Amino acid sequence: MMAHELTTADGVPLRISLERALLRSRIRAALLVVPLMAFLLFAFILPIFDMLYRSVENTIVAQVLPETVIALQDWDETGDALPDEAVFKTAVADIQAAFKAKTLGRLARRLNYEKPGMASLLRKSGRRSLRITEAPWSEQLIKIDRKWGDINIWRLIKRESDHLTESYFLAAVDMRLDDLGAVNWQPENRQIYLQLFWKTVWMSGLITILCLLLGYPVAFLLATLPLRTSNLLMVLVLLPFWTSLLVRTTSWIALLQTEGVLNDLMVVVGLISDDGRLQMIHNKIGTFVAMTHILLPFMILPLYSVMKTIPPSYMRAARSLGATPFTAFVRVYLPNTVSGIGAGSILVFILSIGYYITPALVGGRTGTFISNFIASHVSETLNWGLAAALGVILLALVLALYLLYDRIVGIDNMKLG
Amino acid sequence: MPDAQEALVAFEGVQKTYDGRQLVVRDLNLDIARGEFLTMLGPSGSGKTTCLMMLAGFETPTHGRILLNGTELNRVPPHRRGIGMVFQNYALFPHMTVQENLAFPLEVRGMSRAEIETKVARALDMVRLPEFGGRRPAQLSGGQQQRVAVARALVFEPDLVLMDEPLGALDKNLREEMQYEIKHIHESLGVTVVYVTHDQSEALTMSNRIAVFDDGVIQQLATPDVLYEKPENAFVAQFIGENNRLIARVTEMDGSFCTVELEDGQKVRALSVNVAGAGEITTLSLRPERVVIGPGQDFADNRISGRVEELIYLGDHIRARLTVAGNDSFIVKVANAHDHVRLSQGSEVPLGWASEDCRALDAGVGNAAPA
Repeated sequence: MMAHELTTADGVPLRISLERALLRSRIRAALLVVPLMAFLLFAFILPIFDMLYRSVENTIVAQVLPETVIALQDWDETGDALPDEAVFKTAVADIQAAFKAKTLGRLARRLNYEKPGMASLLRKSGRRSLRITEAPWSEQLIKIDRKWGDINIWRLIKRESDHLTESYFLAAVDMRLDDLGAVNWQPENRQIYLQLFWKTVWMSGLITILCLLLGYPVAFLLATLPLRTSNLLMVLVLLPFWTSLLVRTTSWIALLQTEGVLNDLMVVVGLISDDGRLQMIHNKIGTFVAMTHILLPFMILPLYSVMKTIPPSYMRAARSLGATPFTAFVRVYLPNTVSGIGAGSILVFILSIGYYITPALVGGRTGTFISNFIASHVSETLNWGLAAALGVILLALVLALYLLYDRIVGIDNMKLG
Repeated sequence: MPDAQEALVAFEGVQKTYDGRQLVVRDLNLDIARGEFLTMLGPSGSGKTTCLMMLAGFETPTHGRILLNGTELNRVPPHRRGIGMVFQNYALFPHMTVQENLAFPLEVRGMSRAEIETKVARALDMVRLPEFGGRRPAQLSGGQQQRVAVARALVFEPDLVLMDEPLGALDKNLREEMQYEIKHIHESLGVTVVYVTHDQSEALTMSNRIAVFDDGVIQQLATPDVLYEKPENAFVAQFIGENNRLIARVTEMDGSFCTVELEDGQKVRALSVNVAGAGEITTLSLRPERVVIGPGQDFADNRISGRVEELIYLGDHIRARLTVAGNDSFIVKVANAHDHVRLSQGSEVPLGWASEDCRALDAGVGNAAPA
């Protein structure tokens, strides 16, 4: 134990002085990547944050129904009474204005995410609301559609009048707000995302393990063979990088489909009968096979770079000290490759968890990942808010794993090549 | 020389080739006595490391047998040979502490925890590192790592320890210190050591016997003093210690002596060690310290003159480079005594040496007969 803290000649505690010195070198390192960082900031990070903001952004109600939102502020949504006549009056005016400005459709789509039937209600009310020119406002509006007399419609409008909403995130974890604003599970038959997240995680985990099992021996061979042979092998490992991802993925379709090469071969050999052809694509098997193949180099390269630094004398020393080849491998070689295993695994896992194109092509209905649903919400259902919320959760998941890895293995120990 | 019963290790007609065309080791026959410190010395590519690797079990002989304690080793895998080994770069396991490194050979032998602890502690004491057990190899200096490597190779009490240029990575001072330390450990434990190095002073300091390797063959196997004073061929004379080499032609054989004619026509008498006969080319080997400058009248043996080319002051002695019989790198050491001969650059000086100190050896490589 030290009695007092050591200091440098000018009295600064040694520890602080060391930290300062390290900070300086870190800053110098950071300066080297400034140009790239600037590019990434404008082309990548800012758009991402913009996208992520959409997961809570909710200005549409306040934009399309501005007066109604203000008028509803004084209404007590916890009671049983409908809003008063003044609210109905501003609502009719807002709907008329929105119909003329053609913004009603957007509002309809937004509110329909929260409550099915809202779209048809608003679209129906748009044109017909033009007929209402004088009191009684509420009676005439309810005449257009009886739903306007439903207190829950007004509760929904008031609830969603804030600029920020948690409803996308709730939807992303299979929850929703009920009519009274309490958090509840979605009905059983509409719960999909949690399952999907879990499937994405465990399938990515299994793909990582498959890559490790297949890649470790190859990396070992690469690191121990004479240079000429290992260079050739390295070309074979890198070859997939020079081939289009689509080509690689679709070639698996050609190989694995029921009328494909592999099934044909097995039928010819007599392993399976002609009508017993195996379904190996457009399901989980397809995703496993194609993803493992595509991500394998990302496992092999970090392993190789670590193994390359392990002198052959370690194994020899272990053998000369009396260890069998197996013991020598487990106790000496394997522990020295842990940083490579960690780096390769985390790389493959993170790539896999967010992979889109391959699962989309070969995953069919059961072998698709969360990213496929994000894509479909972006380009098909146009529910960008939900897509963004799912994306935020995925990003948080990856960051959490990264931190966990840092805690266990240490990022400094990671070697990527 | 060890007799057959005492031999711990025996190489019997061992040959080794890697590519099937060239022999790296040609017909090696070598007995190593129990308790001996034997050094395999030679330039790189001379086959010495290959011999060591065959003994350790990491290379297999292409032909011949290697015996340890009378049992043939050829089919015994390295981990069952029970031979300790110190590697060039120590090969300490970086993910284990010093203690764990030392415990490793004991653990794989299934010793009890208590037994392991005593043995590890004793081994650390032996190399004077008792407080370093908890450190990682990376936290030790080169010399400390070296000592741990030696301790690890000895901790399981093998009969035989192999050392493959273990001091190559250390600086000069540390290297000399470690030479003595390894020598003392060898003496106190009585373990047999086979040591490989390309550093001749290291070999001379530590060994009981030295096997000088060149071109896959043992050129000479002898104690350090014999090797230095009585080299049997031109390679050994040149490789061990400083040596003046003169190319000459034998003119007359005369019992154990011979008369030779130098390149410039001068004739000298030399000890006939390894010459084919009259008319043949020979390499004369002459140690610098055996050459006398300005020999007295009663100095009957060889007299010859040389021109001083360069003088280098080295404190305890002065190194003079002369041209003698066409050889311009003839070195003479002049002891810095109070009455030593004063030499000046460019002057001609008379030189002399005893015929026994001038050894006539084989022609050597690349010394074709003069036209």
